[in-house]
Amino acid sequence: MSAQATVPAPPVSEFERETTPGQGGIGEAAGGYWERIKGGDLGALPAVIGALVLVIVFGIMEPDSFLTQQNFANLLNQGAAIMVLAMGLVFVLLLGEIDLSAGFTAGTGAAILGVTLTNHGWAWPLAVAAALLTGVAIGFAIALLVARLGIPSFVVSLAFFLGLQGAMLLIIGEGGTIPIRDDAVLSVMNKNMPTGLGWLFAVIVVAGFAATSLRAIQTRKRAGLQTPAMSVWAAKVGALAVVVLIAVFLLNQERQRANAPIIIQGVPWVVPLVVALVVALTFLLMRTSFGRHVYAVGGNAEAARRAGINVPNIKTVCFILGSTLAIVAGILLASRDNSVSPTTGGAQTLLYAVGAAVIGGTSLFGGRGRIVDAVTGGLVVAIIANGLPLVTQKSGVQFIINGLVLLLAASVDAVSRRRAAATGR
Amino acid sequence: MSEPLLSLRGVNKSFGAVHVLRDVDLDVRAGEVTALVGDNGAGKSTLIKCIAGIHPIDDGELRFEGRPVTIHGPKDANALGIEIVYQDLALCDNLDVVHNLFLGREIHSGLTLNETEMEKRAGETLKSLSVRTLRSLRQNVSSLSGGQRQTVAIARAVLWNSKVVILDEPTAALGVAQTEQVLKLVRRLADNGLGVVLITHNMNDVMQVADSIAALYLGQMAAQVRAKDVTYTQVIELITAGRSDALAAVA
Repeated sequence: MSAQATVPAPPVSEFERETTPGQGGIGEAAGGYWERIKGGDLGALPAVIGALVLVIVFGIMEPDSFLTQQNFANLLNQGAAIMVLAMGLVFVLLLGEIDLSAGFTAGTGAAILGVTLTNHGWAWPLAVAAALLTGVAIGFAIALLVARLGIPSFVVSLAFFLGLQGAMLLIIGEGGTIPIRDDAVLSVMNKNMPTGLGWLFAVIVVAGFAATSLRAIQTRKRAGLQTPAMSVWAAKVGALAVVVLIAVFLLNQERQRANAPIIIQGVPWVVPLVVALVVALTFLLMRTSFGRHVYAVGGNAEAARRAGINVPNIKTVCFILGSTLAIVAGILLASRDNSVSPTTGGAQTLLYAVGAAVIGGTSLFGGRGRIVDAVTGGLVVAIIANGLPLVTQKSGVQFIINGLVLLLAASVDAVSRRRAAATGR
Repeated sequence: MSEPLLSLRGVNKSFGAVHVLRDVDLDVRAGEVTALVGDNGAGKSTLIKCIAGIHPIDDGELRFEGRPVTIHGPKDANALGIEIVYQDLALCDNLDVVHNLFLGREIHSGLTLNETEMEKRAGETLKSLSVRTLRSLRQNVSSLSGGQRQTVAIARAVLWNSKVVILDEPTAALGVAQTEQVLKLVRRLADNGLGVVLITHNMNDVMQVADSIAALYLGQMAAQVRAKDVTYTQVIELITAGRSDALAAVA
């Protein structure tokens, strides 16, 4: 008994007050971030580093064609569809599932849009609605087989990958390519915001972020909870402001080749569309119980089930969101190409999107990921897709490099997961 | 002695031809730790699953706060105020402590989650359990030690004004110091007025915290005795032989 008496009491710190990081300003916040990275929680770091390295490499190799304002705008247009496709995949990946058919879901959506617009002369809102409803139906069908019947999503979506490819060919018909002539649909990818509106948009984005994050801090302060230091908040807002303002400034420059008759300048209309999707979907994932349940199902489905969460329902909604967002991506592809062909959404589209989500920091193992990952990762993928053809014309080399990048991203994911397990994060 | 909070009389349960529980009686009193002991296959898990509503009972009576009740599913048990902490804890590693505590029963303000309210209430609950070992409520559960995870799982069970908390082998995977912490927490739950059922294989745990010991032997309740009336050896006899001659002599 005496031995027990000499055991020192466990160190008692007043509950979650003193030792918590985040109170001491930027230095401590940076320290906490470094700790997280060492612990395997890389966040957006690989994507940011990847984008910087790629821009430098391509910039050195092809300064005349890569580092132009024209190409910067192209980059956003090329990346937008991949980003939206990747946003849909984030929902599916968060569950620990996969949707290999997302690329051809996009293609099917584009085909339906093209046929209804061009062949049947529908108004664009009707055509877009028809395409989106098709996405809901596809997602629902996949989810029915995965969540209710219990077939692995890999197999189900592989079957849909083939089936939708066939459906697309049948919808498009013998002609092979359907041109798109509807102004509203075309302008998404081909028209730009007036420069003044672009600046206003930039201000709204930065001010919106600053206000919502400030309000969150104040709510916590009023409730007597620990809050991050104001300097950290200011640094984040400042960083966002710099990036957004530089981007808008570059896009607002005149970017047509010399002595061309028309002036091309301004932020492409697709940018506010992507930003709106990011905001809405991030809200859904981070601020609603649905989003919380998605993470729970991806982290531990059995625990979620015992907590009273309807796991099949959550999975169903995620697959529907994935397929519907794929349709949105398909509409963007159709708008960019001014047409729909049997290859729309095919080839590397799906792997680019999966790569975008994973490079951005979404785990293939489920339970970890954010919507904004699709954007940061999508930017990296777009830079590769944009820069590689400038460097080499050999498509064999391009395929191999794309494959290697996807493998690299998956390796980073697997390694960071192992590190996380080892350090208990 | 006061009316038991939860009492079972003559509970039977069969799975096909296998008669797992035979006329089992059990009393759980508020403010007490009732240890449920028994060898592997004695029916401990089946018994708590019957109480939790996972398995319906074949016949017998269940009384809660003196009233006869029927439990058809886990939701019925939760509505009565019966919470179970399973051996595997059922926590989501990728969510933080607050999210895990409120999983499936989140507090809303309008459409959105009310994170501040949840964090406040989580802090209060942990404080009421005198939990001081957590660094932050916003750290992911994957970064917690085994004892801390157990603490979070127990806190989740008491967050909802529950009256009976059933703990399935809470110390099975823990080290010495952490076992000590969890046992103290178990004791504190009972001192706060809850009826606690502790399922365990560890006799030291039983002797340390239990007020009442219920020993199952081959699906039958060998005896439910006051912990202070029995010795270690007598409990072992009840578990392994279903009876204790020394105990019978005392009675």
